[in-house]
Amino acid sequence: MEAKIGTRNIKSIFFKGIIVFFAFLITVPLIIVLLYIIKQGASQINWRFLSHVPAPVGETGGGIINALVGSFIMVMLAAVVAIPVGMAAGIYLSENPRTRLAYYTGLCVDILQGVPSIVVGIVVYFWLVKPLGTFSALSGSAALAIMMLPIVIRSTEQTLKLLPDSLKEAALSLGVPYHRVILKVIVPCGFAGILSGITLSIARVIGETAPLLFTAFGNPYLSGSITKPMESLPHLIFTYATSPYDDWHNLAWGASFILLVFVLTLNIITKVMTRKWKVQL
Amino acid sequence: MENKRLELSNSQLKWETLFKRILIAMSVLLLLIVLGVFVTLVIESLPSIKALGIGYLWGKVWDPVQNIYGAYPFLLGTLLTSFIALIISIPFSYAIAIYLGEYNPKGWLSDLLKNTVELIAAVPSIIYGFWGLFVLVPLIRTLEIKLGILPYGIGIFTASIILAVMIIPYGASLGITLIRMVPSPLKEGAYALGATRWEVIRSVIMPYTRSGLFAGVLLSLGRALGETMAVTMLIGNTSAIGDSFKNIIFGPSNTMASVIANEFTEADHTEYLSALIELGLVLFLVTVVINLIGKRIITKFTNN
Repeated sequence: MEAKIGTRNIKSIFFKGIIVFFAFLITVPLIIVLLYIIKQGASQINWRFLSHVPAPVGETGGGIINALVGSFIMVMLAAVVAIPVGMAAGIYLSENPRTRLAYYTGLCVDILQGVPSIVVGIVVYFWLVKPLGTFSALSGSAALAIMMLPIVIRSTEQTLKLLPDSLKEAALSLGVPYHRVILKVIVPCGFAGILSGITLSIARVIGETAPLLFTAFGNPYLSGSITKPMESLPHLIFTYATSPYDDWHNLAWGASFILLVFVLTLNIITKVMTRKWKVQL
Repeated sequence: MENKRLELSNSQLKWETLFKRILIAMSVLLLLIVLGVFVTLVIESLPSIKALGIGYLWGKVWDPVQNIYGAYPFLLGTLLTSFIALIISIPFSYAIAIYLGEYNPKGWLSDLLKNTVELIAAVPSIIYGFWGLFVLVPLIRTLEIKLGILPYGIGIFTASIILAVMIIPYGASLGITLIRMVPSPLKEGAYALGATRWEVIRSVIMPYTRSGLFAGVLLSLGRALGETMAVTMLIGNTSAIGDSFKNIIFGPSNTMASVIANEFTEADHTEYLSALIELGLVLFLVTVVINLIGKRIITKFTNN
């Protein structure tokens, strides 16, 4: 510490400046990306865009109704499977934290959280697409459900762990059976946390493309059948963005805008919920 | 009356056991899924493991038409994109962590920055890829012309920049939590000895959180290795390796994830398909190991 206090102070202020600079520089790419998508995409949105299937090359107009319906069906189907399974596993983890099964399940949740989404796509291809003989919305949903599971499980587990034991003990001492204690007391008390986990998981998978490449594949026509290939928003963006036609790029910009609106809305809902009920995710 | 109550409690008991069994079954199901993922990858890549052996990993040529498969170009591409992205991202994620953890933990400005960081993580990778393809690629192309390199625009460097933006939130959000956990007596002690703010950060906070911040870097690395869509759209998808360092960094290439995304549905014979799946297996194992080490370090850190 031979340096004078003056130079040390200047050094301190200098590094603070650097840190503030780098910390706020990160807002730049986000703002640029958001503004660009809004600029390119918002002008594409009209009733025709939302109610028609994509036009063939050379024709103008056309919309993305097939992708909207497809994304909705697949994400809902995935949620219907992943939410109960994830909640049950999450309840198990928070209720029995010290069993061997809980240790290995926890480990598996960590692993599943880090598995690249493309790997999930490969595996579901062999589990569902190959046996069924065709790409299908069902297999796409299965892949999305696997991606959702770790988030639902962790949020359920974390929320329930924070609840005081006295809640459960009070209910049990009144002679309420265990399953009713969990379903009618514990889960409702942690409802906000679990719900925000669910919205977060939906926000995460709605933009997933990689697991759908080899499972739901894509479909230029409107389809409601879950045993047939189905289009989804992110997959449509991928196909049309990498095509050489300007009309198709515009379609992809519009779809990106809508996808972005969905994802950001879901994230803001989660944010508001966690703030309002003070849950930690 | 007595009988009825007994009956009721019996049926309740049955429900209770059923409920507990369901909970256990769902936990086991998760175990089976992860195990199933691993087993499926191993079984499906067996043909390629048998035919090509371990040499597959450093085979330099990938030519499905001639039935020659070597994973080296993809390993190189994946490692280069991930590490360049990591190097770009570290100053940012550390700066965010220090700013939000130490300088300005509360208030509207820090809330704003924190939400921004979370939104960066929320934007789907396909959108980053699309944006990069139409905005970043032309920019990089101009830069390459100025530098006198072949102006591909797409390539490892472009993919790394987008990847860096995408992984910053992972390192940053973990770093914020860890830096806030530094006990204040430690910091106060340093201040009492006359340390400046920067000296406290450098000689108290950084050493204290070093292992945790390293874990954050590991987790971002795991993210970067497996990231598919944005990279696929920006890396150029060539399985050949550039002849000079400059051409490797700025030229088109391929990562493990991007080659799977591009060629999986085109693979028309078993060996080709299975070679791709073996790449998936490698990717799976590497990310699992990295993630588990990262999580282990964090658990150790938080328990201390």
